[in-house]
Amino acid sequence: MLTKRIIPCLDIKDGRTVKGVNFVNLRDAGDPVALAAQYAQEQADELVFLDISATEQKRKTLANLVLRVAAAIDIPFTVGGGISTIEDVAILLKNGADKVSVNSAAVKNPKLIDALAEQFGSQCIVVAIDAKQIEGQWKVHLVGGKEPTDRDLFEWAKEVEQRGAGELLFTSMDHDGTKQGFANEALARLSVETNLPVIASGGAGNISHFSEAFTIGKADAALAASVFHFGEIAIPELKNKLKQQQIAVRIDK
Amino acid sequence: MVAIIDYGAGNTKSLQFALERLGASHILTSDAEIIKQAERVIFPGQGAAGSAMTKLIDTGLDQLIPTLKQPLLGICLGMQLLCEYSEEGGVEGLGIIKGSVKRFGGTVKVPQMGWNSIYDPKSPLFEGINEGDFMYLVHSYYVPLCKETVAISHYNGPYSVALQKANFYGVQFHPEKSSLKGQLLLQNFLKLPA
Repeated sequence: MLTKRIIPCLDIKDGRTVKGVNFVNLRDAGDPVALAAQYAQEQADELVFLDISATEQKRKTLANLVLRVAAAIDIPFTVGGGISTIEDVAILLKNGADKVSVNSAAVKNPKLIDALAEQFGSQCIVVAIDAKQIEGQWKVHLVGGKEPTDRDLFEWAKEVEQRGAGELLFTSMDHDGTKQGFANEALARLSVETNLPVIASGGAGNISHFSEAFTIGKADAALAASVFHFGEIAIPELKNKLKQQQIAVRIDK
Repeated sequence: MVAIIDYGAGNTKSLQFALERLGASHILTSDAEIIKQAERVIFPGQGAAGSAMTKLIDTGLDQLIPTLKQPLLGICLGMQLLCEYSEEGGVEGLGIIKGSVKRFGGTVKVPQMGWNSIYDPKSPLFEGINEGDFMYLVHSYYVPLCKETVAISHYNGPYSVALQKANFYGVQFHPEKSSLKGQLLLQNFLKLPA
């Protein structure tokens, strides 16, 4: 049966791995390629690289990193961060990325999703959505969660599905960095309102949080960064615990 | 030498790296002569069936592929295109394997994305790969069970996760992305008598 995926997220700045708490205060957590290879060996199911650098060399640095990652690992990986054109996507896929994630650029120009799905196929287009609750309503936010919009999370999710997205990566800004668990209610609703695979992001602190994201939140995958990077949760142990709880996970013999 | 058929349909970098890790020399090409002469051929594919078939027809590769005699491995869309017809865009495939490609229906999420277990593997491709081993898949369309099915998986019911007819092999999953088990499958393909 199709298994639930565990996805370490590597935030990348200028070719190095970083992780911010609530997207600010960055701490260095190592070399992305070495970290990626280590996670692949620990049976992470997939990796996400999120590039947060804002330099002119950004594209070239990222494309180069993608190539090095593709050469080193044999599990799928997604690349995101500032992707806004067909050319951006073409070079990343050409260098070996399996999927790309688009976020702010898609909110500003929703037709980008149609164009990318048409050109490259839905299977490689992940739409990342950062949202937080404002007066009880889940509102989509831009630029790493700093800028609120009027868009409702669920309406936007349905729209991106219509436009050809192949997967949703939902980050709750209310939960990100808190280590208090994922936004399970909103996650479950995303699975009801769309028919796309959903990656849960934001809030992982312990193993129970992952099982809750899969059972209560009905997520297809759960993403986390610092709990993995700083060794607070080891992926083999996490997967064994999930398996004991009858949650389908991949454990290669 | 392994010829990877280049028809502009998707990402072949990971496949090339996987072959490199196995020490297999390979070339990405659309040249009919090189493909004909190659010891083995890999037919990758990604994206929509319609635009992929258009590219194959434009380059004449649609005529060449069914005549090949060496072991050929279709991956993902490459496997689906070995069939006669795809519901995706209502296009005709290469017709090497009878049957058509259908879209996942029912209550499952589409695309199927992730690692699924495979059952009943019965082809030299699966030597050392066991019941219940996992492979990585991303697809919205599937090949129903048929007489060429050589491994099955389940997603809203059983379907063909691998096909074989004579020298034509196909896998729905991405061996190049399926960690050690995927690597083993590629290794098995490289060992098939040419």
